[in-house]
Amino acid sequence: MNTADSMAVAPPASTGLGKRRTQLIHRIVAYGVLGTGSVFILAPLVWMLSTSLKTRSQVFRFPPEWIPEQFLWQNYVEALTLLPFEIFLLNTVIITGLSVAGELVSSAVVAYAFARLRWAARNTLFIVVLATMMLPRQVTLIPTFILFTRVFGWKDTFYPLIVPSFFAVPFFVFLLRQFYMTLPFELDDAATIDGCSKFGVFLRILLPLSKPALAAVAIFSFQFHWNDFFYPLIYLFDKDKFTLALGLRFFQGNYGTDWHYLMAASLVVMLPVILVFFFAQRIFIQGVVYQGFK
Amino acid sequence: MLSGLTFRRREAILGWVMASPWLLGFLAFTLGPMIASLILSLYDWDLISPALLVGWGNYREFFVDDPLSLHSLRITLFYSLMAIPLHLVLGVILAMLLNANIRGQSVIRTVYYLPAVLAGVAVAMLWRWIFSPDFGLLNLFLSYFNIEGPNWLGNRTWVLPSFVIMSLWGVGGGMVIYLAGLQGIPTDLYEAVEIDGATAFRRIWHITLPMLSPVIFFQLIMGVISSMQIFTQAFIMTDGGPANASLFYMLYLYRQAFEYRNMGYASVLAWILFLCILALTLLLFRTASAWVYYEAETQRT
Repeated sequence: MNTADSMAVAPPASTGLGKRRTQLIHRIVAYGVLGTGSVFILAPLVWMLSTSLKTRSQVFRFPPEWIPEQFLWQNYVEALTLLPFEIFLLNTVIITGLSVAGELVSSAVVAYAFARLRWAARNTLFIVVLATMMLPRQVTLIPTFILFTRVFGWKDTFYPLIVPSFFAVPFFVFLLRQFYMTLPFELDDAATIDGCSKFGVFLRILLPLSKPALAAVAIFSFQFHWNDFFYPLIYLFDKDKFTLALGLRFFQGNYGTDWHYLMAASLVVMLPVILVFFFAQRIFIQGVVYQGFK
Repeated sequence: MLSGLTFRRREAILGWVMASPWLLGFLAFTLGPMIASLILSLYDWDLISPALLVGWGNYREFFVDDPLSLHSLRITLFYSLMAIPLHLVLGVILAMLLNANIRGQSVIRTVYYLPAVLAGVAVAMLWRWIFSPDFGLLNLFLSYFNIEGPNWLGNRTWVLPSFVIMSLWGVGGGMVIYLAGLQGIPTDLYEAVEIDGATAFRRIWHITLPMLSPVIFFQLIMGVISSMQIFTQAFIMTDGGPANASLFYMLYLYRQAFEYRNMGYASVLAWILFLCILALTLLLFRTASAWVYYEAETQRT
């Protein structure tokens, strides 16, 4: 995998010794820059953790300390009690869970129609799918808001946040279709000869083989809905309906300078995404990379 | 033959049925609303009193009467102009460094990629604290060098650079994609120029960058689309301030639509944003033939 790597930037040299030396220099520069960069990347998160464990007076001490005298884990309990955490968490889990399920199922089904079935308008419509991938959501924002709140009467409900998920996401359709295309058609033929219907091929052959792609879709979807702020902001008003993202903002309004509480609560909200990332980073990064090579 | 025909017809029906979730969603939540939004842009409507036909009035307001509309567009473009090239250059450089045969590549990749998966309110909260003038991390860091940092988010000059700095925290997102692009460059190309004795600069300029150009192109387009739509950071960290210096376009659109309830005018804002993104994307596509190199067109069969 890395045969070309060192040559990508290392200058050539006429002698093997000179080449080795330039490679060494390159490596030292790479370690230096990347190491320094890592410090800058991690410092905000360490700072966040450090702040979340301090007392209020320690937070405003100058110069600040990186490691607090004692770790006030109690801050987490207090911050989460100030925020009706269980309610926000439950709301977020409901919305995220149903949205992920809806996007996964609908996108997998639609992608199969575009990858394996022959029907009249397929190729034209696939171009439309690609075009809508690039479409910024603002163009449809206001009419859909009016449709959901005025026509369907879904104001202050979870429906506007969940229902659209069941109508497939263009990017996921694209990603899954590309993945299905890599699976050999001979599998379909063999199953068909064994008496499997076209839908059976999808259900029994393609879906089980697509687990990595489905996992990537599920992770992207989870990440988006968990972090989503804009849609809950415009559709949810009653505090009992708030998601964690909305709740954090509400918390900011009330405890704006209680940084230790704010950081504790923010860290808790981030935690599920961080955990998913660490446990599934291979799938995650592969999915992202895939996205980069359309 | 007859059974073959019905088989194909059955397949076609199944195709339409299985594509129908997307098709219905496209009609109900994309195409329909887009048309509705065009019609709505000709009206004044606050959702309560009856809608009033004003024709081009909303468009005139955007270009002539409303000073904030073009201001917010300028702010957003200015931010994009700072952030996108920085992300591009830093992302490519970091990917090239990481692409060397160095140990711990996957650990470094993980560290750099982590901020890219974090988003939303929690991250905005964190950065509001980092930018805090007296006790924030950034000014603490600057004080190590005897530099007195500004009041980042409270200063009209520094507020947009602050958003750029914050976005650069996520530079690893692009880096990972460039890294994969670098690893896809065939070795024999480098071997060929090595025989020619090319310098490192020429090697990067004539092989690495052209081979990476499709990825760079894709990242540029995604960068335009996402930076034109910045909302949450601005809403949480500054709410457009100070003195509208960080009034990003989406924030202004949100205010017009959901605070002032000017549904018609907000539709104009939405359409103009869409047209701006479209124009920038098309512009990039027009330049693409001059600098984007597609290997598949010339080499692969």
